[in-house]
Order: sequence, then C-alpha cells, then structure tokens
Amino acid sequence: MELRQSSLSSRNLLVPLGSVVLALLVGAVFVLIAGENPITAYRVLFVESFGSVRSIATTLQRATPLIFTGLGVAFAFRCGLFNIGAEGQLYVGAIVAAIIGVSFGDLPRVIHLPMAVAGGMAAGGIWAAVPGILKAKLGVHEVINTIMMNFVAYYLTDFLVTGPFHGGRWAPETDRVFPTAALERIFLPTRLNSGIILAVVAIAVVYVILWKTKTGYEIRAVGFNPGAAEYGGISVARNMVLAMVISGAVASLAGVEQVLGVHGRFIQRFSPDLGFMGIAVALLGKNHPVGVFFAAVLFGALRTGGAAMDRLTDVPRELIVIIQAMIIMFVAADELIRRLFARRGKA
Amino acid sequence: MRRVEKTRVTALQRREARVRRRCSRPQAARPKHLHTFGESAVENILELSHITKRFPGVIANDDISLGIRRGEIHALVGENGSGKSTLMSIVYGLYRADTGEISFKGAPVQIGEPRTAIELGLGMVFQHFMLVDTLTVAENVILHAEPHSWGFVDYKRAVKAVEELATAYGLRVDARARVADISVGQEQRVEILKALYRQAEVLILDEPTAVLTPQETEELFQVMNNLREQGTTIVFITHKIKEVLAISDRVSVLRRGKLVGTRNTAETGQRELAEMMVGREVLLRVKKEPAKPAETVASVAGLQVRDRRGMPAVKDVSLEVRRGEVLGIAGVEGNGQQELVEAITGLTAPEEGLVLLHGKPIQGLSPMKIKRRGVSYIPEDRHKRGLILEYSVADNLILGLHSDPPFVERYLFRNDRQIKAHAARLVESYDVRPPNPDQIIRTLSGGNQQKVVVAREFSRDPEFLVCSQPTRGLDIGAIEFIHQEIIRQRDQGTGVLLVSAELDEILSLSDRIAVMFDGRIVAVLTIEEADEQRLGYLMLGGDPQQATGELESGVTAK
Repeated sequence: MELRQSSLSSRNLLVPLGSVVLALLVGAVFVLIAGENPITAYRVLFVESFGSVRSIATTLQRATPLIFTGLGVAFAFRCGLFNIGAEGQLYVGAIVAAIIGVSFGDLPRVIHLPMAVAGGMAAGGIWAAVPGILKAKLGVHEVINTIMMNFVAYYLTDFLVTGPFHGGRWAPETDRVFPTAALERIFLPTRLNSGIILAVVAIAVVYVILWKTKTGYEIRAVGFNPGAAEYGGISVARNMVLAMVISGAVASLAGVEQVLGVHGRFIQRFSPDLGFMGIAVALLGKNHPVGVFFAAVLFGALRTGGAAMDRLTDVPRELIVIIQAMIIMFVAADELIRRLFARRGKA
Repeated sequence: MRRVEKTRVTALQRREARVRRRCSRPQAARPKHLHTFGESAVENILELSHITKRFPGVIANDDISLGIRRGEIHALVGENGSGKSTLMSIVYGLYRADTGEISFKGAPVQIGEPRTAIELGLGMVFQHFMLVDTLTVAENVILHAEPHSWGFVDYKRAVKAVEELATAYGLRVDARARVADISVGQEQRVEILKALYRQAEVLILDEPTAVLTPQETEELFQVMNNLREQGTTIVFITHKIKEVLAISDRVSVLRRGKLVGTRNTAETGQRELAEMMVGREVLLRVKKEPAKPAETVASVAGLQVRDRRGMPAVKDVSLEVRRGEVLGIAGVEGNGQQELVEAITGLTAPEEGLVLLHGKPIQGLSPMKIKRRGVSYIPEDRHKRGLILEYSVADNLILGLHSDPPFVERYLFRNDRQIKAHAARLVESYDVRPPNPDQIIRTLSGGNQQKVVVAREFSRDPEFLVCSQPTRGLDIGAIEFIHQEIIRQRDQGTGVLLVSAELDEILSLSDRIAVMFDGRIVAVLTIEEADEQRLGYLMLGGDPQQATGELESGVTAK
C-alpha cells in the first residue's frame, strides 16, 4: 500500500484526481447502457449533492462517519498496519456510546455527552488493541485478526441489542439515548449534527499527532522502516499497539456519531459498511488527514447525489457503487494513472 | 508469433554449438592479443559519441565520447553521482540520451529498450540482482529464452546448457539450486550466466564488487579474465582504484558527468586516477598520530549470541576497547561480526556473557538506554538500519535523539526550530550536499546519506563508538572524510570498535586488530604485527599458532 506520500503537493494529487475523473468516465458508459444521457445524470448528481446549502449539509452528514473511519484506517497505515477492522471498532464504539447514552439520565450534558463519546472511543481502542498486541508480540498478521474481530463485534452487539439492552419497541434496537448524551442537529431538517465538528477536530488532532509530536515521529518511523526505528531506540511493538489503539478509537467515533447524532439509538447492524468504506477513503485520501476529509466528502456526495439520481432519472443508484469501485481500482493502479497522464502531458 | 519462436530456437542452437566448441577447445577461442594497444589496429566494438543526458536539475552525462575496444576490460570509474551508471544505462536502453549517438560494431544503433540491447549482444549485470528467488539457477538463466520442445520447457537441456556455460567460464554455481538458497556472490554469477546465455558480446558490470567479499572478488576477477580470454568485452563500473589496476586494460574516469580522460591501465597509477576522480589531491593513507590509549571504556566477556535462525553466531567472545584507541575487527563477512555488534548495541539480546560500559553491565538493555549511556553506532546497512529514507535530512539527524530535549518540549511535542537548527549545524560541518535539511534523504547520494549517519552519531560525543562497515559503497572523497572523522573521535578520547570487511580500512585505522572467524576471536594483533597476508590467513581460519611460521616458510594460506 502507498505509504510514501506525506504532503498534499500537486504531484500527490494527480492520482486521486485522475482516478475520480476516469471513474466518472467509466460510469458514463454505464449511464449510456441504462439509456440516459451521462451529462444529465451527472448534473443531477452534482446539483443534488452540492447545489444548495441543504444538499451540502446532507453531503457533509453522509461524509462525517467516513471521515472517522478513513482517519482511523489512515492512521494505522502510517504505522504500516492495515486496519480492516474499522467496521467492528465502530460497532463496539456505537454500542458502548448507546449504553452510556440510555443510562445516567440525571447527569448534566457537559458530563454525559463527553462520557458517551469517550466510552465509545475507549471501546474501539481496546477492540483494535487486541490485533495490535497479537501483531506486536506474536507477529500474527493484523489483517486476519481485524477481520475476525469484526465478526466478534457483529455478534456481540447483536446479543447486547436483542438481549440486555433491547429497548421497549419490537425492533432490534436500544431505547433512545437521553438528550443529554445526543449530538445535536445543527442544520434542520437535515440530520447533520455536531459530529461534523468532532470530525474536524479529529482531523486536526491526527495531523498534529503524526507530524508535530515525537509519538508521530516514532509511529511513522515504524511504518517506513521498522529496522531503522529499532536502531533509533524506538520500540516497534509499543508503537504498533499504540497506533492500533488510536486508529480504533478514531474509527469508533463513526459509530458513536451514528448513534448519538443520527439514529439516536443503537440499531442492530445499522452500518452500511462505513468501516470498509473508510479503507477506500483512506486510500483515495493518500492517508493524509486533509486528503481523507476531501475523499470522505466525495463519497458522501456520491451517496447523496446517487439517491437523487435514482429518483429523478432512469439511472439506478447502483451506478454510485460502480463509480466508487472504479475510483478504488484506479487509485490502486496508480502507476497506470501516472503513465496515462504523463503521456498526455508530453503529446 | 511462429517466426519469433523459430529465430529464438536457432539463436539458441547457435549458442549451444558455440559453447560446445569452446568447451572442446578452450584454448583456441580467440587470438589472445587482440587487446594490445596499437591505436590504429584495434576495433571499437562500442562507440559512444557526444552523449548528453539531463535530469531535472543536473546534467548526468555531459557530451561524453568513449570507445570500447573489442575484447578489452574497460574500467569506468568515478565518484558516486559522476554519471557512470547513467551512461551505461543509456547504452543498455534504460534511459534515452538527450543528444548523441551510439554505434555498435561500426553501425549506428538506436537502443530504445533493454530488449534491443540484448538482441544486439549487450548484457548488463546490475548492483541489485533481478532474479526470481523461487526458481532454480537454470530456470533463471533461461527465463524468457527457454529451450523447448512441443511447447514444453526442456529443463534437462537448460540445465545442461547452463552447466556447460558455467564450466566454460569458471562460473561455479549449481544449476539446480534454488536462487533463494545461494549466496550473493553466486547470484551475481547467475546474472553473468544470464547475459552469456543470451550471447552477450559486451558485458557491463555495474559495481559488481560492492556486494562481494574479498574472496568472491578474486573469483570474479578470475571469471572476468576467462571471459576476456574467450573474446567477451567487459565494461567494469567501479569506484575502487585497486580493482581498476588489478583487472582492467584501459580505464575511463568520469567526474560530475564529464569524461576526464581515458588511460591505459599499465601507464597510470593510484595517485593519478584518484586525482582524476576527485579533481584534487587525495590522502590515500589516513594521517594519524600513534594512539594514546587510556583506561578500558567498554568490554565484552564470554559473549554468546545466536543469529536469527537460532544458530550460534558469536561463541564465547571477550574483547576490550580502551579510550583513545581503534580496535579493528577483521573477518570475512558472516563470521558473527554483525551479531556481535548488535548484541553490544542492544539490537539483539545475548544468550550469555557480559557487555560492560565503564565496568557496568549493559547487555540486554534497550537500544535507547544504551545510546543514552554514550554509545554511538554506525550500522553496516544504512538503508535497513541507519536511515529512514522517506524522512528529511533533519528528521534523520534526530533519529535516536528524537525523544530527548531540546528536540521535544512538554514531553510530547516536537521542537521544530531546534530540530532545524541542529540539522543546519550538522549539514554545514559535515558538508552534506545538497545542504538542505528539508531534503528527503532518499534523494541524496550514498556518500551524503552516510555523512548524515556519521554526523548524527559523532555529534553526540560518544564514549564508545561502534562503526560497522562505515564506508561501504562510498567513493574516495567520502571515505577519506569519514576516516579522518573516526581518527578525530579516537584522538578526542573515544573508544572505537571498527568492523570492516575491507582489510585496507582495518589496517589504516586500527591500533589493534582482532580477527574473527566462525564466531570466535582467533587472534588479537597490534598494528605492528599485522599485515595483509597474516590477516588474510587468519580470516580464512588459519591456525594462529602457525600463522607466522607457515607464512615465512612460504606455504600459501588456504
């Protein structure tokens, strides 16, 4: 995976931007097959996702959880670790936030909300620490363990939400969290909530950790060259575990935001693969916090606009999935993009 | 498609026939003295005229014209970054020259890609080998030119062809061994076989000795001689003058992308070549006063270390290093030196024994704790250990110091101003080029990368300095500089442990020399007692008691 780039210079932007353009071109072919005019379809896509303040708010709301999972995955990447477990981490984060949210109804907001958020982060961090420790101490590949931890998280939360914390309604969900634990809506009638502020803070914090602290220096050193890190007195094992904990804590905020800001409760299997989308977001964002923001907004926009496109044109919303898949394929085939555009540049 | 396969088969058969001919009449391959130097009589097999190649910001090759004569070993020397590899990459079709022409056997040629070069009869062996680890030697050699019948690879014929080639040129290697299991020296022979199998008439070797032990280098030279005997032309890229003098017929020197000149090897010498390379006079011997050793600063006693595979690598080693002296450890690589050094610096935990610094045990402490007690360490592999290639010069200069003040404030945050100031100071005093602390270190030349490692480790004012292969792969200018710095450390009262596979380096820097063989220290000599023959004999496992007698009675060390 691409670990090299640290800054968002124009050269580093070539591949992500080129991939998006190419993916839209390939998508246009499918629009034609569906019997629509690509220009019309893409116009709808754009207008419905960025055309008004309200649609921008919806786009941002859709982007919020992707920012968290994208940041989480990117952070682990910087330490050379591939965290595929963001999905599980966000589920355990969500359930803990929900449990704290439906309990302690008499706490004031300034305590209750931070407690729910911190509880969720702690749960996600611990969840990710398990594969981190296994990797650091026993050399077990983190990809295997993060995937397996996802399944543990699914069934654990299934049990909790249908058993001890099943709410008063028939559906497999908890009760509504107390208003003191909710992330308030900041742009009605959309579901955009103060989670977006948390996301922006998380971007800044991740940036500072990675490039302005000695911890970030050590984590990135381990990611680039574990041999040299060890030589430089950096504990490879300790930093791997630390990177996984931070990665899991940040990723779990996606679940926390969904529970406290969007649904108001934990719903069984609520996530539309937000954790896995985070991998795509990190990849497209070149594992840079700012890149992750823009990649998440793009993916959020595609989902917002895609729904509208489905409604207003003959193009099914599945086109969005194709475009997303194409973006990932092109980003992964970065050498192809570089050559393609380099040749054009010469001609 | 059919046509291509057909020509491939005929080429193959031609080659097999040629090898067979050579095997049966090894002497008669070629009139021997084609490489005599009558200017008019000799034919240039490869002629470069006015080659210029620019990369962003540098001229790698500046109007270079050069003729390579048929059947000669032509050395191409120059410091790192002088453009010798670039020039040969142009010949091999990896780069395209901006201007200039290449002619091969008298006819102008366009070499746009390596395939064209191979078809013409050019072969190149790179510093980094391009072999498939999981395939056998024979499979690697025939890759993409497989002998086949009815669509199946004829593996037996491949093995036979490879063995015949290997015998013909004295390239000892087992054709059926898997590449993953053979040594670096053998891998290089496989690369040479690959080129010969494709009927290379001109063989370009890009710094072939950089990865070899002295013994393997000797064997390589033997092979090169055999190749020359049998008519192959060799372009030998190197920056070691001794090797140029030992093997080449003619030598061309490049400096900063320009051809300084071409000499007949017999008519030039070390001093002239060194000056041509560096552009000024060079100190070939390190200037130093006799050492004034004081009390012991570091010692190891009864040290046992296992290597990564769990085999005993260091067996009951005891040594001591005093302040103000250089203790050299001579030995063929892989006799436990690396494990010894890593046990001292904390990178591996010894199984048994003591490592003492000022009389206090430090074995088993973390690398960071050992560093903080005043041990500096120049690792043998700067890419694997010494540097983080993706980091800037400034960030590499704090590796290991990064968690100490003044580079960290409030226990967590980097002090970028201090980091930058530190970098600016060291970049200036160690003359790192380009003098830009923000430059990503990957883009620096090998010599400048090593200067960064040296600057970082020496500037800590160590009590005890461990240098492992401190000048590997560097050019004369950088070697001279690093040697002087090591001696300066010694004169300031640091105890220095120097591990090197280069006997010259050991002999010119050390005050005492310990010889390591098969995990043990087999002898400790003073510098007065040591010379190249005696060390070479001991390094190969010779009996230390008999070393003197046997050598004096004229028995060759084997």
